[in-house]
Amino acid sequence: MRFWISCAALWIGSIFLALSGANNYLFFAGFVILQSIVLASAWNILGGYAGYVNFGVPAFIGAGAYAALAMHLAFAAPILIQIAVASLITGLIGFLVGLLTVRLRGIFFSIATVALVFIFETLVMNTPFLGGATGMQLTRPESGGLFPSYMRMLVVVMTGLAVLAVATARYVQESHIGRGLRAVRDSEEAAECSGVPTLKLKLLACALSGALLGAAGAPLPMYLSYIEPASTFNLLYAVSALAMPIIGGMSHWIGPVIGAILLASLQQIVTVTISSELNVLVVGLLLVVFVVAAPEGIVGLVKRWKSSSK
Amino acid sequence: MDLSRRKLIGTASSITVASSMFSVPAWANNPIKIGMSMPQTGPLGAGGKAALLALKMWVEDVNSRGGLLGRKIEFTAYDDQGNPANTPGIYSKLLDVDKVDLLIAPYATVPTAPIMPLVKQRAKLLMGNFSFQVNAKVKHDMWFNNAPWNDAEGWFAGFLQAAKDSNAKTIAITASDQEFAQNLANGVRSGLARTGLSSVYDQNYPPTTKDFSSIVRAIRSTKPDVVFVASYPGDSVGIVNAAHEIGLGPTVKIFGGGMVGLQFTPIMESLGSKLNGIINYNTYVPGMPLKGIDDFFKRYTAKAVAEKVDPLGYYLPPFNYATGQMLEQAINATKSIDDKAIAAYLRSNTMDTIVGPVKFDAGGERANQRVIMAQFRGVKDKDLEQFRSPQRQVIIHPSADKTGDMVYPYEKARKA
Amino acid sequence: MAFSFDLLFEALLFGILLGGFYAAVSLGLSVSFGLLDIPNVAHPAVLLLGAYGAFSLGHYGIDPIMAGVLLMPVFFVAGALFYKAYYLVFERRGDAAAVNGLAFFFGVVFIIEVGLVLWYGVDQQSATAPYIGGSLELGEIRLPYRLLAAFSVALVMALALSTYLSKTFYGRAIKAVGQDEGALRLMGVDPVKVKQLAFGIATGVNALAGAVLLILAPIEPTMDRIYIGRTFCVVVLAGLGSMSGTLAAGLILGIAESIVLMFLGASWAPAVAFGLLMVMLGFRPQGLFGR
Repeated sequence: MRFWISCAALWIGSIFLALSGANNYLFFAGFVILQSIVLASAWNILGGYAGYVNFGVPAFIGAGAYAALAMHLAFAAPILIQIAVASLITGLIGFLVGLLTVRLRGIFFSIATVALVFIFETLVMNTPFLGGATGMQLTRPESGGLFPSYMRMLVVVMTGLAVLAVATARYVQESHIGRGLRAVRDSEEAAECSGVPTLKLKLLACALSGALLGAAGAPLPMYLSYIEPASTFNLLYAVSALAMPIIGGMSHWIGPVIGAILLASLQQIVTVTISSELNVLVVGLLLVVFVVAAPEGIVGLVKRWKSSSK
Repeated sequence: MDLSRRKLIGTASSITVASSMFSVPAWANNPIKIGMSMPQTGPLGAGGKAALLALKMWVEDVNSRGGLLGRKIEFTAYDDQGNPANTPGIYSKLLDVDKVDLLIAPYATVPTAPIMPLVKQRAKLLMGNFSFQVNAKVKHDMWFNNAPWNDAEGWFAGFLQAAKDSNAKTIAITASDQEFAQNLANGVRSGLARTGLSSVYDQNYPPTTKDFSSIVRAIRSTKPDVVFVASYPGDSVGIVNAAHEIGLGPTVKIFGGGMVGLQFTPIMESLGSKLNGIINYNTYVPGMPLKGIDDFFKRYTAKAVAEKVDPLGYYLPPFNYATGQMLEQAINATKSIDDKAIAAYLRSNTMDTIVGPVKFDAGGERANQRVIMAQFRGVKDKDLEQFRSPQRQVIIHPSADKTGDMVYPYEKARKA
Repeated sequence: MAFSFDLLFEALLFGILLGGFYAAVSLGLSVSFGLLDIPNVAHPAVLLLGAYGAFSLGHYGIDPIMAGVLLMPVFFVAGALFYKAYYLVFERRGDAAAVNGLAFFFGVVFIIEVGLVLWYGVDQQSATAPYIGGSLELGEIRLPYRLLAAFSVALVMALALSTYLSKTFYGRAIKAVGQDEGALRLMGVDPVKVKQLAFGIATGVNALAGAVLLILAPIEPTMDRIYIGRTFCVVVLAGLGSMSGTLAAGLILGIAESIVLMFLGASWAPAVAFGLLMVMLGFRPQGLFGR
């Protein structure tokens, strides 16, 4: 109950903020941080709970973004429809990738996901309707409905998505799905022998994770008023989506949220004050440091500190 | 008691006197902020650095004359690395965090395209910087592209004339799949019917392509009369190298067209004799009569050598300086820094600059075009100073600036 | 695109030469991933380090291939030390195959990439050498010398490594350690040291392969990404643990890419390696020659 109350409070808070006169750049940066929460939580459903490392996050983001673009160009669909259609498509893609790699070891799944990034990027580059390698300029609608601008409306939508993603992760973690996935992560063979429906659970996790990743990517074209394949299918998204749950802690749904807020905020500050290159270095270094020294993440550190101080 | 109070008054008055001597002049307290991003690294970096130097020169010149409207100019330029993904974030920051008054676009089409919707939405004036047809879809009414061209027809006219003069019948087209090259190549493609040229090869390549031997090989096998390329610096170098390595074949009469980068001094120097025979566009070739430009080059070269930037500065710097001059004229005439007022002035007047008179049309592009088509001749390897001579780039079009006839076919021109 | 046998033949030749090169850059991965099961996603990033190393040495007038050879011992030592650290942190903890090992290597990839950008900048860099820029003329066909040079070096490397692994004691020990560590221990050989040797060799090979990369085309810091696809495609296609399979797989990839490049255009070429990889994973994950 407490969880749902805080979620509602957060979302209503974002509406008030959007209606207020706060600086525009806050929304530009806030969008990125909220998107990171969605990405990290979505990634963790498959990566943290089930142990399958999806390094092709950009493929899902890009597929979501371009699906939304197609909806916008062909049907002038409003943003919520764009997001819905994008998630359906990327959820399906997740399902299919899971099916393809079902008999393979972990690393082959990861390599297959990297392959997706390049394959999708190449497909987009060869599709003039979606802008090809050149990219496409978009005009945002003038009004944001009830909000002073479209951008602020997008941020409210993104907050809603973040709430949805975290709620989904929490549900998966605390339900029988989560128990099954943890069994798969610890030993897939033992889980099979114990009667856990590993295939069904893995496919479910793949589909859920994929759908949420696509939902995070769908608002991108409208957010930037511009889209082109090289930056949309950028592997930097992959490293960030990987680093945030690892830094925050992969075992609990709050971990990705902590990791996302910390890392995304740090990245924004570094980009604005120093350089965007250094921001990539920060992500890489933090990832390696945490993997080596604190593989349980911040959640793990807090647990250890709590149990040692008892 | 008395002593310390006197001391206090004494100290206070001396501080006041001292601070009034060192106080910041009123004009610097309320500066006019001009902001932009410029590719200083990455494929466009060589050109961008030179352009930035010219803009900084203008800012210094203006500030030494007392600023504009009694206010100092504060100039901010970030490095976008020529990457279109970086510009929306940078320009958002310029507007919402740095709170600049006026915007200048980054050098080149590709980094500029993403910010067009943004500036239109925020109703900001944007001074374009050598982009090509980047406003065609967005149709922003406060866009002024500082470049000597307007549309593909104006650009292609000289190249097309050269093709006609050589009795060419077939053309091979290759273009990078990005905003600039596609705008140009599409203009060329739609104009083919009128020219009597038929296309025997027409392929785009991804901007990240590094190896052009297959493309050159394929072009060669179609035995074209004309080879037209629309490319950015990295690919231009790759294509020239591949043309040398694999060979375009004996049938080719004209080779070149819209290759960006062959105007950057460092690239010209490193390609050297491989440039010979190529007919390519340019904006300025030494010897062209322009008022005030020689003085500009003298001052520019002095600064460029000190900052280890392109010392010749022929391609971009004069035009970037001219951007500053146009802003200066508009601000002084309208006595304001309001975007709409400046836009109205720029739209209805002809500005006098070091690259000649500049007039804009309704779409924000140049009304009085002047694209030079020149052929590289007699270029030697590893010699930078040779490019100061007008004979290294023979102007074949427009006729008002012509300095010689073109030599064809391409194989013959390479040795001429 | 007009089809002609001349063009097809040229594409085939080009593909064979390119394929030899792809095999050479995948050799290290064949050892570290194919034989030792280390999820070394950072292999192409180390390859790029070798290329940039050769580039830097080029400033002192050293020919790229010579630079590559000079860097080999340096990379060998670095690789051996790196493996020891990796073993202590991950393999002993039992984390290696799981999320943490993979995440670690992905992190390393990005650190290397950013390091290269900060040190060398984002611009393309290329090498100059007497054999770069000209080509061999066979009738209408032109074979660039740099491709021939790359292929020759690749061939030598592949043969040398193959011979070492099958004819020498430690070479065979490397092959054995992946199959049965316990048996190796019984023979008096420390498996950890053997793995260190193997990883060192895999990294050292990368130095020379990287130099060859520099000869072939201009390099820039994000190039490692597409080579993830190419090298893993070759290793998966070959089947884990097969050295001769690596050469054949490289040739297949090279020819496939070259034909797509010639007849479908450069815009489809990036997807060939990854597409082939997906197909193999879906239908025959043990590869063509795997154990």
